[in-house]
Amino acid sequence: MNNIFAIASVVLKEMYRRKDFYVLFVLTALITLVMGSVNIFNDDKVVRYLKEICLLLIWVSSLVIAITTAARQIPAERESRTIFPLLAKPISRNQMILGKFVGCWIACALVLVVFYLFFGVISGAREHFWPVVPYMQALFFHWIFLGIVIALVLWGSLVFTAVSSNATICFIIVAGIMLLGGHLNQIAGRMNGISATITSAIYYIIPHLEFYDLRDWIIHDRGVVAWGPWLIASVYGLVYSAIFLGLACIAFRRKALTL
Amino acid sequence: MNAVVEIKDLRVEYPSRELGQKTKVAVNGLTLKVSAGEVFGFLGPNGAGKTTTMNVLLGFVNPTSGSASIFGVDVREPIARQRIGYLPELTYYYKFLNAEELLRFYAKIFNIPKSEREKRIDDVLKLVELDHARTRLIKTYSKGMQQRAGLAQALINDPDLLILDEPTSGLDPLGRMKVREIIQRLKERGKTVLFSSHELGEVETVCDRIGILCQGELRAEGRVADITAQHQTNLERVFLKIVGYQEA
Repeated sequence: MNNIFAIASVVLKEMYRRKDFYVLFVLTALITLVMGSVNIFNDDKVVRYLKEICLLLIWVSSLVIAITTAARQIPAERESRTIFPLLAKPISRNQMILGKFVGCWIACALVLVVFYLFFGVISGAREHFWPVVPYMQALFFHWIFLGIVIALVLWGSLVFTAVSSNATICFIIVAGIMLLGGHLNQIAGRMNGISATITSAIYYIIPHLEFYDLRDWIIHDRGVVAWGPWLIASVYGLVYSAIFLGLACIAFRRKALTL
Repeated sequence: MNAVVEIKDLRVEYPSRELGQKTKVAVNGLTLKVSAGEVFGFLGPNGAGKTTTMNVLLGFVNPTSGSASIFGVDVREPIARQRIGYLPELTYYYKFLNAEELLRFYAKIFNIPKSEREKRIDDVLKLVELDHARTRLIKTYSKGMQQRAGLAQALINDPDLLILDEPTSGLDPLGRMKVREIIQRLKERGKTVLFSSHELGEVETVCDRIGILCQGELRAEGRVADITAQHQTNLERVFLKIVGYQEA
């Protein structure tokens, strides 16, 4: 555990010394504030529109931060060759992968806390209503979602050579699952033969990232998500993160490192 | 004396990039022992297998056959590296860390207790004469300073075995002298040092024993004086003869 947290602390240090997060946060804040200052037909319900825009920006920004941060971890270590003095220490490759994962995941948690605080303040200031528990549930689900994404990207960084190709492929996969993942079984129902079987298989194999998107729930003030399904979905997300991390560890163990 | 490094019949093959050749043999049948407190120099032309042997000892590359152990532990076990310090040919550092932070990070990996950690960082920074630049980002250091920062990270765990891959490569005469002095001081403290170098003069000055590798095979091994006496010439000529260089 000591080694894992040592690696994670370096990831966090890198995160706060780079400018990605600050730029994305300032952009999100500016766009939301500009949108918030617009008064359309004196409609009080414009706050829902404001919340929708703000949450969309938070989702996009956090996804960009998670993917770009995770995608460069291992390739940057190999490119700058810091991986050699590091692995010459009593640390296993599995610990290195887990350390990178924990670092990225904690970094994303900090990013989400800042983003959701901003969102809470903006929406609360307009609505004079503070649904803390649903916001916390949304934040936690969002964090679980980013955990799956980070594990997937770390695995991808050991499969694809270039950081950019890994980031692009992962972004497309995540966007594809978010948009189509939940409808694949319906699509399979309209198909016949082998294509229906393949589509159904994909539906059951992929991690259903759309489960973790509570934006509509928040925008339409649907209250607290039942704790049972919330817990099951959280465990489901953790299992998928563990599967992708396991695949990353296997891929990394097989890689020969040469100076 | 106890063997700190023990290599038995080591063979390492890489996938070949040449057409019609499946594998390339980097090290072939290498058997070697380095005893405690010894400074052992690896000599050989480029591509002789020095770095590959070090890569095996550090667990970066798995041997195709044969075995290698450090302090009696198989090199594939991470715990084998608990008492090792490693300095690569060039210093590889995190751009966003200063020397103190880098050393603290590695000290955590070695599980050095918090109470001891800061003292150890102070000691190694003083030893490599970087105490004055400890809070500066390593990327702003000169090459000599970066090499000394690399040496500091290799010493943070007070290792019993130091593996140095061409430690004076690319340094000016002053930088070389400083690195040599540090190796000498470590030798006096009873540390075992295994290092590769192209500098024959340096090897003669510092090493107790040397091994000359060529095309992945150990062609000569022993004390410098014994090897030169055996061939009745100086080390440079012995080296050239072993690597097959024909003088005009």
